[in-house]
Amino acid sequence: MTRLERNDRLVRLALLMIAFSAVSILIVITVFIFSEGTPVMFRHGPGRFLLGLDWYPSEKAFGLLPMIVGSFVVTAGALLVGVPLGLACAVVLTQFASKRMGRILKPAIELLAGIPSVVYGFIGIVVIVPLIRDNLGGPGLSVLAAAIVLGIMILPTVISISVDAFQAVPSAYREGSIALGATVWQTIHMVLLPAARSGIVAAVILGMGRAIGETMAVIMIAGNAAAIPGSPLAPVRTLTSNIALEMGYASGEHREALFATGVILFVIIMALNTLANRASSRRKG
Amino acid sequence: MNSPRQRTESLRPARRIRHSPIQAAGILVLGLALLPAGCSRGPAGGGLTVAGSTSIQPFADRWAEIYQRLHPERIVNVQGGGSSAGIQAARSGAAQIGMSSRELKPEEKDLTEYIMARDGLAVVVHPLNSLRDIGLDRVRDVFAGRIKTWDELGRGSGRITVVTREEGSGTRGAFQELVMRKERIAREAIVEDSNGTVRAIVAQDPRSIGYISLGLVDASVKALALDGVDASDANILAGRYPLVRPFLFVTNGPPGPEARAFLDFILSEEGQELVESGGLLRAR
Repeated sequence: MTRLERNDRLVRLALLMIAFSAVSILIVITVFIFSEGTPVMFRHGPGRFLLGLDWYPSEKAFGLLPMIVGSFVVTAGALLVGVPLGLACAVVLTQFASKRMGRILKPAIELLAGIPSVVYGFIGIVVIVPLIRDNLGGPGLSVLAAAIVLGIMILPTVISISVDAFQAVPSAYREGSIALGATVWQTIHMVLLPAARSGIVAAVILGMGRAIGETMAVIMIAGNAAAIPGSPLAPVRTLTSNIALEMGYASGEHREALFATGVILFVIIMALNTLANRASSRRKG
Repeated sequence: MNSPRQRTESLRPARRIRHSPIQAAGILVLGLALLPAGCSRGPAGGGLTVAGSTSIQPFADRWAEIYQRLHPERIVNVQGGGSSAGIQAARSGAAQIGMSSRELKPEEKDLTEYIMARDGLAVVVHPLNSLRDIGLDRVRDVFAGRIKTWDELGRGSGRITVVTREEGSGTRGAFQELVMRKERIAREAIVEDSNGTVRAIVAQDPRSIGYISLGLVDASVKALALDGVDASDANILAGRYPLVRPFLFVTNGPPGPEARAFLDFILSEEGQELVESGGLLRAR
């Protein structure tokens, strides 16, 4: 073996080890969360965790249902706000925008993704929360506030992926439709949207993953009451906030219950990722 | 034009990395073994161990930091675990000093206790709220969710926005113990994870009520008198104000020289100034 070949082997081995250590971090995290979080669930019964309404860890009441519902409600609200805005923006970017307009819009959207979530939370608490409290009633810290802020936060994800989806539609579709006498709006909602559907579904699901995983901004503006919200103006607590909020002082079973919260979150996010992969592979296939 | 083809040829061996499964497993194990190396902390080699209440822990960290700056040769380890665990650790000798943010129970009274500082709670409302005084029982009713509107308290109208701290917080623990006793704080209450955010929300929302550490009350909120007793220094010193709890250091028998020196430091003028700057009340 020459010296060069030996060096080659060494480099390859080193790179392989680094690559494997990244994978092993994932394995370590998974094993760690499950080994810390599942015993307490089975000690008290998974039903009490998944369906219990009372979260009072100091009294050994670990009902996570309000947080599970809270995560889904807030995420659904964020999609309601973010998907129409994002899709509209993607249509404009791919169909109407001139080169110059695109040059302004695209970097602006990318900038939106770079704003730290604590800044979104701060704007939420200073602007949106008082607006809701003064005009609609309630404490202001609410499902609605969280939905609006998260809806804005998922925009970059929704926009960039649906832009890709629209661009993947062959231009012959669009030209054909116009040639047949369809208006631009008819072309968009009868030809482009159906043709780009699986990509749009992937955009929505990835936006959903972003919304369900967001923590900091939600803690600041959602009010964090561990109860199922009765209205959009009621405070709400998500799974991620539950962990971040109480991690500081939790010990013993309380700490384990926060890991159990992590297990549930992990399962939900894995399911979403799988769905997203399915949706986007269908697009290619 | 054979150069692109040549390039793919020369790339190919690098792409196809074939290793035996055993080799791969070995690499994986090595990767796993490298991970925890950075996480383990060395064993606590000698020195003074102080363990217990998580409410006292941040202050104990500060005291230990300053103390070690003055006496670099002395080592103080501060650990959490909660008041009960701290008392247990002092009894078993796992820690020379246990920290407790609650009074000792009768069966724990065989241990020696020292008051290092006291922590007071203020029930706060928006400064424009006309309420000045509230009974402790009414506070309990409000936080338990039995009283839901300001009309029921005879002050203004609208729903009361109840703001509380997260489970596990020492401030919530003190409020639970001193005000709620056996009752639960309502599920619907807004939960914030620091005294500062509770104060900020109460300062913003005219219909809210919350509780914070006495030392952190400022002009942005109004501290209510409880059963006619103002949250004033005089009332606290006289023991009339109801929402005060001691921060205790507990030792099993008389403290050893190292523990003694640390206790003396905290009770000294310098230590007590740290107490005050942290928003607590002096031991005496």
